Amino acid sequence: MASLRLAAPLGGFFALFFVVPLGLLLFTSTQAGRQIGGGFSLEQYAGFFSDTLNLSVLWNTLLVGAKATVLCLVAGYPLAWLTVRAPARLQSVLVFAIVLPIVTSVVVRTFAWIVILGRNGLVNTWILELGLSATPLRLLFSEAGVVIVLAQVQMPLMVLPLITSLQRIDPNLGSASAALGAGAWRTFFKVTLPLSVPGIVAGTILTYAACVTAFVTQSLIGGSRLLYMPMMIYQQALDLQNWPFAAAISVIFMVSVLLVIASLVAVSRTRAAQAAA
Amino acid sequence: MDWEALSFQVVFTLVAAFTAIVLVAPTLVILILSFTAEDSLHFPPSSYSLRWYAALLDANEIGDAALVSLKVALVAVTCSVLLGVPAALAIARGRSGWARWLDLLFMSPLILPALAFGFACLMLFSLVGIQPSLLTLTLGHVVISVPFVLRTTLASLSQLDPALLDCSLSLGAGPVTTFRRITLPLIAPGVASGAFIAFMASFDNVPVSLFLQDARTQVLPIHLWDIIQNQLDSRAASTCGVIIIVTILLMLLMERVAGFSSRVAK
Repeated sequence: MASLRLAAPLGGFFALFFVVPLGLLLFTSTQAGRQIGGGFSLEQYAGFFSDTLNLSVLWNTLLVGAKATVLCLVAGYPLAWLTVRAPARLQSVLVFAIVLPIVTSVVVRTFAWIVILGRNGLVNTWILELGLSATPLRLLFSEAGVVIVLAQVQMPLMVLPLITSLQRIDPNLGSASAALGAGAWRTFFKVTLPLSVPGIVAGTILTYAACVTAFVTQSLIGGSRLLYMPMMIYQQALDLQNWPFAAAISVIFMVSVLLVIASLVAVSRTRAAQAAA
Repeated sequence: MDWEALSFQVVFTLVAAFTAIVLVAPTLVILILSFTAEDSLHFPPSSYSLRWYAALLDANEIGDAALVSLKVALVAVTCSVLLGVPAALAIARGRSGWARWLDLLFMSPLILPALAFGFACLMLFSLVGIQPSLLTLTLGHVVISVPFVLRTTLASLSQLDPALLDCSLSLGAGPVTTFRRITLPLIAPGVASGAFIAFMASFDNVPVSLFLQDARTQVLPIHLWDIIQNQLDSRAASTCGVIIIVTILLMLLMERVAGFSSRVAK
């Protein structure tokens, strides 16, 4: 197998610096006490699941990711739709605007949101001037703020797969639907939306995975009051040096994220099977 | 007048315009703010100057951190191109199951929580007695940059006409010559686009660097994160300004050289 040999260097590198570390993570999570070498035990897992505070951190992390992903989908879908239909010039401007954030630092963009959402920030200045509220709103360090900023920061991951799948739809299908008497909204919900499901699934997976682990955005916008799983792992691993417990919550977090993604894929597959039947 | 079609057009265009503005606005806000003449970060600034850019000239810590980030990103991306392009060739050619499994393995750093991976690497390195350094940082960054290189390289390989390779081989060119003269020139824009995204991802990475750096090798995004969280120094804005300007220039360059944005959007 000549071609397998070409993948061997990267395969070896990944075995050493990706698979082995993750195996070590799993091993450490099954150690008793606060250090590696404490002997096999599932006490770290038992400890995590017996405290409702930990469970609520896990639940909040998964939930805040889901909310941001839904916001990405609702706000991003029309942008993908417009980008596909726009004339060439506008299209390249829109694609540039969507791709630029991918290469622009997340730290930079999160910093921008602190300026925009802060107590004396742009949004609060407008709200006070328009008389919508008598006092500045608490946007920073709130869950709503985290959801909004996560959605903005990860938006391109949703929009790009959507553009790809919308481009693949035969435009004649829309015309056929219109010719058969369906209005624009009906055509959208009955033809365009179902055909773009592969893009929605791909975008949702990428966005969700990025949102739940977005350590920088979560900690800068959420502040110290809102605790999410990545920060919890960081605190246990580096501040408290409790590696077995940090490893256990890392494994729990990874498995939960993968379960959410797997169930998403499963649901979309059964839907596709039902549609085909 | 078809009111239904009109309402659909209006709603979709308005939401799309709103999203596009929200996508670009934060970057512009920081760019404008970086030229403030004031001491505090207030938007919009009442007067403009280059004083915070001038202040960067003797901000040694920021400069050192930027240098560490640049070195790590350059070496890590070079390694992931050297390892990733051959692997992409193998995966593109392989039709059997192992190619799909390898693809899944190499792409998984994109989906798995980066912070957990960083922590796992720290445990491995401390177990075998390697102190956090430029080396550990770079090794970790190779893993996170590989998926970007692999994805765009695989996309260009899938558009490569296999007849070209057959022609070259039947005209007597060996596999190495064929790769150098035919395959590489055709996939180069894809490889370059992936390398560019990988470079920016490495330059911006916090979750993995947190575990693999030490006090001497602090990377720029973590240094910025510290500044923003603790003292909100105005130099943070001018540093961000430099990052934004360089990013836009690099992206325009990549657009020219490799048709970057259409490659990523495909």
